[in-house]
Amino acid sequence: MNERVSMSVQDKLKRINNFDEVELGFSKEEAIKEASRCLNCKNPMCTKGCPVGIEIPKFIEAIKNDDINLAYEIIKKSSNLPSICGRVCPQESQCEGKCIRGLKGDAIAIGALERYVADQARINNINSVVKKEKNGKSVAIVGSGPAGLSCAGELVKEGFDVTIYEALHKAGGVLIYGIPEFRLPKEIVDSEVESLKNLGVKIECDIEVGTTITLDELRDKFDYVFIGTGAGLPKFMEIDGIDANGVFSANEILTRINLMGAYKKNSKTPIKRAKTAYVIGGGNVAMDAVRSLKRLGIDAHIMYRRSMDEMPARKREVEHAKEEGIIFDTLQNPKKIVTDSNNNVIGMEVVDMELSDIVDGRRSVIENNNFVHFIECDMVVMALGTSPNSKVFKDDLELDDKGLIIVDDTLTSIDGVYAGGDITTGSATVILAMEAGKRAAKKIIDLNN
Amino acid sequence: MYKVVKNERLNDKIYHMVIMDEGKCKNFIPGQFVIVMSYIDSERVPLTIYDYDKELKQIHLIYQVVGASTLELSHITDNIFSMVGPIGNPSEICMSPDLYKDKKVLYIAGGVGIAPVYPQIKCLKENGFDIDLIYGVKSKDYIIIDEKIKSVCNNIFYTSDDGSIGLEGNVVDYLKKIYNNYNYIVCIGPVIMMKSVSEFTKKLGIKTIVSMNPIMVDGTGMCGACRCKVDGKTKFACIDGPEFDGALVDFDIALKRMNIYKDEEKELLNRALGE
Ligand SMILES: Cc1cc2nc3c(=O)[nH]c(=O)nc-3n(C[C@H](O)[C@H](O)[C@H](O)COP(=O)(O)OP(=O)(O)OC[C@H]3O[C@@H](n4cnc5c(N)ncnc54)[C@H](O)[C@@H]3O)c2cc1C
Ligand code: FES
Repeated sequence: MNERVSMSVQDKLKRINNFDEVELGFSKEEAIKEASRCLNCKNPMCTKGCPVGIEIPKFIEAIKNDDINLAYEIIKKSSNLPSICGRVCPQESQCEGKCIRGLKGDAIAIGALERYVADQARINNINSVVKKEKNGKSVAIVGSGPAGLSCAGELVKEGFDVTIYEALHKAGGVLIYGIPEFRLPKEIVDSEVESLKNLGVKIECDIEVGTTITLDELRDKFDYVFIGTGAGLPKFMEIDGIDANGVFSANEILTRINLMGAYKKNSKTPIKRAKTAYVIGGGNVAMDAVRSLKRLGIDAHIMYRRSMDEMPARKREVEHAKEEGIIFDTLQNPKKIVTDSNNNVIGMEVVDMELSDIVDGRRSVIENNNFVHFIECDMVVMALGTSPNSKVFKDDLELDDKGLIIVDDTLTSIDGVYAGGDITTGSATVILAMEAGKRAAKKIIDLNN
Repeated sequence: MYKVVKNERLNDKIYHMVIMDEGKCKNFIPGQFVIVMSYIDSERVPLTIYDYDKELKQIHLIYQVVGASTLELSHITDNIFSMVGPIGNPSEICMSPDLYKDKKVLYIAGGVGIAPVYPQIKCLKENGFDIDLIYGVKSKDYIIIDEKIKSVCNNIFYTSDDGSIGLEGNVVDYLKKIYNNYNYIVCIGPVIMMKSVSEFTKKLGIKTIVSMNPIMVDGTGMCGACRCKVDGKTKFACIDGPEFDGALVDFDIALKRMNIYKDEEKELLNRALGE
C-alpha cells in the first residue's frame, strides 16, 4: 500500500515522434485502487496544501464508491478547471507534498485522481452548474487565461453578464499558446471555453484592450472590469549575438507550435529547422520548449546555470524529458552567441558555473572564467522567465517597478477594476491564477448581495 | 469573420483590401497596424492601416505579395478569419500634432511605404500642416494611390530608379537637394531605404522617424520575434514601436533578421504556388 498506482504513459520512443498526450490517465480500476490508499485523515493536510482548498479526501472517497457525479461536484465547488489543474498543477509541492502517506512511501496520486474525475465528467457530460437569474450587472474580463476564465465562470453562474476580451485569435492564454499538446491537449482547454460559452459568457477574440478598445471605454460600458493579461513578455539575455537568426524566445517556439500548429504536416507557419538546439533555463517553460523541439527531430539540450537539484521545473517533466533523450548540460551558462556573416547562429561560448552560498533560499552561482568553451549549435532558445503584459495600462493603472499591476486583494488603483493572475504576481501557476480570478469574482459578487 | 468588400490588384504585386470592421478600428491613429489571418490555419500577417472610413466602418489596407501568406490573402474574395487591431503605438506627430507645430516636416515614402504614409499626411493636413513628400518608386507604373496622395500633400517630389518619373535615382538623391528646408523627417519604406535615409540625416542631426516591419507572430509583445536593436537595447516592434528614431536603429541587424525563415518561406511559397 506504500506504492502508488502508476499512470500509464505513451512509450518513450514512440512519443518523441508525436505531440499526443504523454500521460494516459487512470482506468476506473486503477482510480479506485489508488483512491483506496487514501487514509481519509480527520485533519487533511492535502486540503491545506491546495491553493483553492479542494476537499480532497471527500472526492477521493466518492471515487472509491464509484460516484463520479459526487466527486465532480466536490471538486467543482473549489476549482473551476479540474481537467487542466489535474494535469499541470505542481502537486508535489502542494497537495501531494503534504500527504501523510508520503512520509513513509508514495503520496496519493491526487493530481491523477482529479484528472480522472474531470475527464470522466467531460466524457459523460456531467454538469454540476446551477445558474442564477440574470442580475442586470455586467463585467468585462481582459485576457482569457486561467485567471480570466475562472473569474468569468464564477460570475456568470451568479447571473452577471460577462464578456471576455482576448488579444489573440483563440481563447485560453498560456493554456493554448504555451503549454504543449502532449502535456495538455487543446481539446480540453477548448471544452472548458465551450462550457463557459454555453453558460452565456461572450468571448471576443482579436481585441487588445488598451489599444483596440481602451480601459475607459470598458469602464463606461460595464459595471466592473477584471484584468488577467498574464506575464507573457519574454526576457532575453543581454549578451553578444542575442539578435542572431536562430535565437528565439521559448514563447515564440511554443506559440508557433501550439497556437499556430507548426508541428502539423502542411502547416502554414514555419519553424526554423535546426540540427542542434540549446534551450536556456530550467523551468517548466524550458522543459516544454525542449521537448517540443525534440519532437520536431531536433537534437535538443537544456542548458541550466545551476545543478539538477535546483531546477524549478516539475520533477515529472524533468523525468519525462530525460526519458525522451533530452540532454541536460547543467552548471553552464552562455556568454556569447557566435554567428556567421549572415547572422546565423553557429555556436555559443559557454562558461562553467559553480554553486555558491544560499541567497534568499536559493543557491547562487558564480562564473568560473577559467573554463570558457565553445559548443556548436544552430538554435538557441531563451526560457528565462517573462514579465507582465501591462504596457498598455501604464497610463491608467498603478504599476510597480516590475510592471506588475498593484492590487489590494485583487482591487486595482481604480474603483471597479480588479486584476489577478500572473499580471499581479509575475509568472506563477495555473492554479494561483485561477484562484485569483475566483477571489476577484467573489468580491464583485459580494458587492451585489 | 470579417467581410472583405474589396480585394483589388493595384499593380504588379500590390493589392488594396477593404474590410468591414463593425467600428472596431474607430480609435485608429495613423502609425498603428492590424494583424490579419486569411483562414483559421493561416499565418498572422501584420499590415499598417492605410485608411479608415468611420462612416462605412471600413478599414483599408494596402499590401504587397511577398510570400505564401500574402499570396493567400490576395486570393480572398469573401471573408477573412481574423483581424486584431488597431494595435501598436500611434505615430507621435499624429498623436500630438500641436507639439510639432514649429517643425518643418518632410515625409519620405518608398514603394508600398506610401500606404502607411498617406493617413499620417492626411491627419497632419487636417491639423493645419503643409506637408512635402519625397516618393520613390521603381518606375512610373509602380505609383499607387496617386490622386489621394496629391489631395493631401503640399509638394510631391518623385524619384524613380529608371527615370520614368521625377528624378532618376533614389529618395536620398532627392533629399540631398532639399534637406535644408526641413528639421523633422518621417520615412517609411524598405529597410534598406530607411537605413540610407537615416544614415544621411544622422550626420546632419535631422530627427528622422522610421517605421519597422519585422517578422511578427502575436503582435502583443509575447514572442519577441519582432525584436529590433534600438540604441543598443532590445525593443519589440509590436509594442514598443513600430516607429523608432532612425538614428538609433541597427538596420544591419534588421536587414539580416528578415531572412530568418528564408528557406522555410521559399518552401511554403512553392507549395502555395503548386496548389
Ligand atoms: C510554457 C509554459 C508552461 C507552463 N507550465 C505550467 C505548469 O505546468 N503548471 C502551472 O501551474 N503553470 C504553468 N505555467 C504558468 C501558467 O501557465 C501561468 O501562471 C498562468 O497561465 C497564468 O494565467 P493568467 O490567466 O494570469 O495569464 P495567461 O495565461 O498568460 O493569459 C493572459 C491572456 O491575456 C491575453 N492578453 C494579454 N494582454 C491583453 C490585452 N491587452 N487585451 C486582451 N488580452 C490580453 C493574452 O493573450 C493571454 O491570452 C506555464 C507557463 C508557460 C508559459
Ligand atoms: S510579434 Fe511577438 S512580440 Fe512582437
